[in-house]
Amino acid sequence: MRPVYAVSGGVSKFAKARPDKTFQAIVKEAYDYAIEDLGLEFRQFTELVDGSVASYFSDHFTRQLMAGIMAQDYLGLCPKPGHRVEGGGATGGICFQEGWKNVASGLMDICVAYGFETMSHVNTWKGNEFIALASDVSLDYPVGGFYSGYYAMMVTRHMKEFGTTVEQLATVSVKNHINAYHNPYAQKRNRYTIEDVRQAPMVAWPLTRLDICVMSDGAAAVILCSEEGLEKLETASGRRLPRVRVTGIGRGTDAMRMADRPHQTLKDFLRQNALPHETNSQETCDYYAELWQGGFRYPGIHSFRAGRMASKRAYDHCGLIDPIAELDFVELHDAYTSSEIQTYEDMGLCRYGEGGPFATSGTTFMPGIDYGLDLIESPVCPVNPSGGLIACGHPVGATGLMQAVFAIWQLQGTIDRHFGDATLQLDEPRRGAIHSHAGTGTYVTVTILEAED
Amino acid sequence: MTDSKKLPGKIEESDDGQILFSVPFPEELSPEALQALKGMRPIIIKQPYAIDYIHSYGQDSPFFAGLAGGTLLGCRDLETGYTYANPRSHDMYTGEPTDWVQLPEQGRIHAFTVCHFGSEEFLPQTPFVLILVELEGADTLLLSRLVGVDPDEASLDWIGMPVKARFLRNSKFKPTDVYFAPSE
Repeated sequence: MRPVYAVSGGVSKFAKARPDKTFQAIVKEAYDYAIEDLGLEFRQFTELVDGSVASYFSDHFTRQLMAGIMAQDYLGLCPKPGHRVEGGGATGGICFQEGWKNVASGLMDICVAYGFETMSHVNTWKGNEFIALASDVSLDYPVGGFYSGYYAMMVTRHMKEFGTTVEQLATVSVKNHINAYHNPYAQKRNRYTIEDVRQAPMVAWPLTRLDICVMSDGAAAVILCSEEGLEKLETASGRRLPRVRVTGIGRGTDAMRMADRPHQTLKDFLRQNALPHETNSQETCDYYAELWQGGFRYPGIHSFRAGRMASKRAYDHCGLIDPIAELDFVELHDAYTSSEIQTYEDMGLCRYGEGGPFATSGTTFMPGIDYGLDLIESPVCPVNPSGGLIACGHPVGATGLMQAVFAIWQLQGTIDRHFGDATLQLDEPRRGAIHSHAGTGTYVTVTILEAED
Repeated sequence: MTDSKKLPGKIEESDDGQILFSVPFPEELSPEALQALKGMRPIIIKQPYAIDYIHSYGQDSPFFAGLAGGTLLGCRDLETGYTYANPRSHDMYTGEPTDWVQLPEQGRIHAFTVCHFGSEEFLPQTPFVLILVELEGADTLLLSRLVGVDPDEASLDWIGMPVKARFLRNSKFKPTDVYFAPSE
């Protein structure tokens, strides 16, 4: 596989509704921004780009099949190769990785990955119904198809299993919303307190409205290239482009029906799912042995095995051993505050069962921001510095690509230029992870990006 | 074309569907007026969409027939004994066909939530309680509804609660033909 660089990106301002434009024209906002940021004219880029991958989740929201080709056509990318990918909430993350494949395989030198979702075309509760159709329509959907309900069941099990508290969940909401306060692309830019989160209307016990992301209209685009592609872009733009290399790719899956997920033995967990820094530590092995003695089984419904396997593969791909020490930041799929806590564990930022206290420790917060919380630890690996899905919004097909764009800007050190505010710029980050996740952890992608000099 | 056959010169108009009888629009399409169209607010219309699907439960059909008869059926791999609390005609570990087995009506709550909101279809039923049930002899869980608890008194203590299956008398051939209530 060839080295692949993520050289540029663009995001439309995420909003509750964008009736002013059709989906194609919203994608074009993100696409044009990405081209302009390379210092290229539209026609110059069109001449150089080899093809595309399109990302959107639901045909229901647009009530349009083949929306991908409509975007391709509007962007002026015909007759170049392209295809649409779909994998629920992970659609954007999968799209990014398919773009990577196009370049890494040698098929393309320059590939654009673009995605969108326009969820405002139906009311919120019909939108929830569309999303719930991404659960088994024979056996799960008719029982009361509602994704917030499915996730909330995972939460009650996590709470019962590990003692995780609703205040710990709420802390994630406070952190991500306050981060987004400095991100002009975010849909919700509010400062909330833990009390605000808990007093918000209850949606699915114990998740309140502020534990859950909102529906959005939005688009995002990322330009990926090989070394040869980079050379072509630099020759055309007449300037050196910042190097952000895609070094790790991982993907995992799990059973569609949560009910069907296994409850594995410790032996199987250690053999199949544990990360090297866990198996290398006798103390951690003892910790897990104790969990199993207490009745813990993996993954059950409290953990996302797909997220763990995606992380394991991505870390292995780039030779990363100790995630918390070696990642400077993570943009992860916090459609629910609880998912962020579960994902800390899946990604090995902390051990299974420790996500709750880890969330409130301060480790995953941004330096230099006052959250109005009593945090014990200093920031080590900020999680969702952009504000995540909870605050930025979750226009499904765009989300995973939005994470990529924010990660690229973070590693380029260009947050100030794009946000008009340097608060969210970390001090010379070298390595970041993006994590994209589909309904109850069915498809999960993890991608590692690194700054190169 | 023959003179004797009169062909329509225009499409016949009808009064059904959505009609806006007059749309605000410039009288004269001057260059300025054409330019000003870019500042026009979008036209947003309602598009109804309804479909009846012909949905087959296929190889899972006996599960629903079982519910109609007041029986919970699961699937078991003969070699390993691994038992699913859901219909699944092939085992995911051995790849072999499974056999139908009758599952007990008694179980325990593994996880739950109270939905105070829901998808449009289920919104009128809120608040309702979703549970994942552990059934004796099954290795996987069953998603169902719980009645007989106060949705305003949700508590982690519900986890582990013994529950018993109940069946609709008039089967709708949906997974909601079975639901659970706390067992005495």
